[in-house]
Amino acid sequence: MEPTPSTSRLISFRIWRQESPDHEGRFEEFKVPYYPKANVIACLMAIQRNPVNAEGRPTTPVVWDSSCLEEVCGSCTMNINGRVLMACSSLIDKLKEPITLEPLRKFPLVRDLAVDRQRMFDALKKIRGWIPIDGTYNLGPGPRQSPKDQAAMYVLSTCMTCACCLEACPQVQVDNQFIGAAAISQARLFNMNPTGKLNAEDRLRGLMAEGGIQDCGKAQNCVQVCPKEIPLTTSIAEMNREVTKQLFKDIFFKDEEREDAAGPA
Amino acid sequence: MAEARFTVVGGGLAGLMTAIKLAESGHSVDILSIVPVKRSHSVCAQGGINGAVNTKGEGDSPDIHVKDTLRGGDFLAEQTSVKGMCYAAPGIIYLLDRMGVTFNRTAEGLLDFRRFGGTLYNRTAFAGATTGQQLLYALDEQVRRHEVDGRVTKYEYWEWLGMVKDEQGRCVGSVAMDLRTAEIRTIPADAVMLATGGPGIVFGRSTNSLINTGSAAGRAYIEGAIYANGEFIQVHPTSIPGEDKLRLMSESVRGEGGRIWVARKKGDTRPAKEIPESERWYFLEEKYPKYGNLVPRDMATREIFHVCRDLGLGVGGKDAVYLDVTHIPAAVLDRKIKGVMEIYEKFVGDDPRTTPMLIFPGMHYSMGGLWVTFEPGSNNEPLVGSPKNQATNVPGLYASGEVDWAYHGANRLGANSLLSCIYAGQIGGPAMISYAKNNPKGTAAVGQKPFDGAKKVWMERFEKIRKMAGKENPYQVSRELGEIMTENVTVIRYNDRLQKTLERIQVFKQRWERCNVLDVSNNFNRSLSFMNQLWNMLELAEVITVGALLRDESRGAHYKPDFQLPEPKTKDPREDPDWMKAWAARNEKWGKVTLASYSPNGPQISYEPLATPVMAPEPRWYG
Repeated sequence: MEPTPSTSRLISFRIWRQESPDHEGRFEEFKVPYYPKANVIACLMAIQRNPVNAEGRPTTPVVWDSSCLEEVCGSCTMNINGRVLMACSSLIDKLKEPITLEPLRKFPLVRDLAVDRQRMFDALKKIRGWIPIDGTYNLGPGPRQSPKDQAAMYVLSTCMTCACCLEACPQVQVDNQFIGAAAISQARLFNMNPTGKLNAEDRLRGLMAEGGIQDCGKAQNCVQVCPKEIPLTTSIAEMNREVTKQLFKDIFFKDEEREDAAGPA
Repeated sequence: MAEARFTVVGGGLAGLMTAIKLAESGHSVDILSIVPVKRSHSVCAQGGINGAVNTKGEGDSPDIHVKDTLRGGDFLAEQTSVKGMCYAAPGIIYLLDRMGVTFNRTAEGLLDFRRFGGTLYNRTAFAGATTGQQLLYALDEQVRRHEVDGRVTKYEYWEWLGMVKDEQGRCVGSVAMDLRTAEIRTIPADAVMLATGGPGIVFGRSTNSLINTGSAAGRAYIEGAIYANGEFIQVHPTSIPGEDKLRLMSESVRGEGGRIWVARKKGDTRPAKEIPESERWYFLEEKYPKYGNLVPRDMATREIFHVCRDLGLGVGGKDAVYLDVTHIPAAVLDRKIKGVMEIYEKFVGDDPRTTPMLIFPGMHYSMGGLWVTFEPGSNNEPLVGSPKNQATNVPGLYASGEVDWAYHGANRLGANSLLSCIYAGQIGGPAMISYAKNNPKGTAAVGQKPFDGAKKVWMERFEKIRKMAGKENPYQVSRELGEIMTENVTVIRYNDRLQKTLERIQVFKQRWERCNVLDVSNNFNRSLSFMNQLWNMLELAEVITVGALLRDESRGAHYKPDFQLPEPKTKDPREDPDWMKAWAARNEKWGKVTLASYSPNGPQISYEPLATPVMAPEPRWYG
């Protein structure tokens, strides 16, 4: 059943419209019926059903990315009233009107509010973000872990690659290579895992490459905007220390000695 | 065999596990996904994954898991695959553990397990209350490793449109569209796996992600793949109603001790916390002392419906009951189910740790799906490596995950879906390899003609859609479809209303013809893609509704008050011989799989007897 609007109140939106990177962009205004507890996506869906702007002129539906609407898939990141937020969990009741929606500015624009976040997935390749298991056959359980370690790793592994941290980071620019807080924190996650520790060095090398952890300017914006409250600055500090240790090992030990110098994993 | 090239459509658990199996065997895999695979709907699964690892001294075993699953599914699940799945489950959980899934642990450092519905054992491994997300990420990471090694190529933001078939009717590839440029391309493959998930959006608002239109399954059906048991739709007992979707509130909340209740007195307007214990009705615990709040989902859903709709005891006289965890220490909740506590807090605004949640059933899952086969081995488990496993009736086309029909019968048990996705991928991948081996010439020998033909068909179809300039809005049509499907084809079903729904679907199809495409750009044109999806959704809605109309019985999630067996004379129905006779006759007639084949005049329905080599059907009884 469609909920009946509790009032005839309309919500005002200013939404960035840009058909492609080659087209000019502009704001278009919309008025959408108010529902209690509605979120930004519900309003964009209302525009899809009635793509008419505030001036009463038919227009194309707004293009944006979204999927789960439960803040777990990481799709619907956008700038809402100038702050980087997940649109699905941005409730209208908490936003000042007119509600301004803009795409992420640190990523190549695709259309309207949709951008290309491929660089984040590429960063996960650079840091070798996986446990290199021998194969998917049945080899029994993995190593034991304490509940405390599990709790620490679990928080890191809720990162949904949403890009809030990159958008807020002054070091990330649309045309540079800085891998950003999300991937650095993922490197920490895999290096904490008892099996992942065995090849921690591979990930540290990823963090030491061009666009790596050394480009972090320590602005600490990332940790403030993370919707999952992941301790990103702690991850960066930890990884910085590990990378520094690795650098010293590289200076003082030859290749064949390095492994021994690292001590037991 | 020379190295083969395969296509996997869909990047959720089933698709990614298939891809890993193929890549691990040295083959090349193209993964098509309408979203970056890490954003697939598997992320939404919350509570856990089942496996009878038996770490709590309860005497649990894979055999009991098999029985719980078959009973929970009201004896309409494919038994060979269920047995294989349950026996593989402990190994699957260990594999995920090795991949680095951050499962919750016991003090001894072992995997922790919790209770879930439809069983009396602690059988569910979990990572907080975001287990699906954690499992998907683990497989995503393994696939990324194969991607770096060059065996996997991802086509993200590409939509599968349909099959390419050779002259013998074998599936030799796919037609796909780049959503960002509207480019249409054919992709040859030695076999194609559809792992495209469920059809939640056919029901409008559901617990499903917006991408779960069921469009790919609908299209495969139109192109000749049989769709089985479409009428079996799971409505989850506990979801948070919302304007844009119904957000899932995990069964693990009850697994960790959450209780469902309403005020005993009709019209009680006191806030929950002011209603004393003696004036609360814990109706599930009262009616089912043994299983309590953890009866199978179909039963819990019907009880909540009954309490709200028939007895008028819903909170505030509305469609809502309390799901209460306020008696559980907040620290325990945060350690075990924080993810869903936060969802409630963020989207409703109340803290469920101190205020009982308001929930109501919401459409959640399709037990039915594309019909696939299994080749039983001597132990009545699927013979791993047989090309018949997970195979649709179209040679070369495979299906795994929610899109297949096999594992859950008439009702799925909680925490069995993640398991079935991974298991189906584990046996689906090797099946595709065997199939390719049996076609030594491979797809290369087919020639260009079928590919050119298929591409032309789709270019013309989208040219037609692009010119659609009528007055109807496709998103509005979709919304109305969802409303009537939810109203008439979910929890309680009546034949006159199902008939009316079918008539409405015909009207929706006419309205589809009068739709406006809304956008003619080539650049990330969502409306263009949605117009095509909407037609496939309408076809699938028809399959689901016709199946429900024709099945004159109640079984699992399919409930028809007009065709209920009379109440048994004993509390335990198995002690009433007359009732048992009536039940046996009913099962003889309806213990069969609904098979729907496409025709332009609507689905052609037939019924196939269900083999029961593992366990003879019996009445479900949860005392």
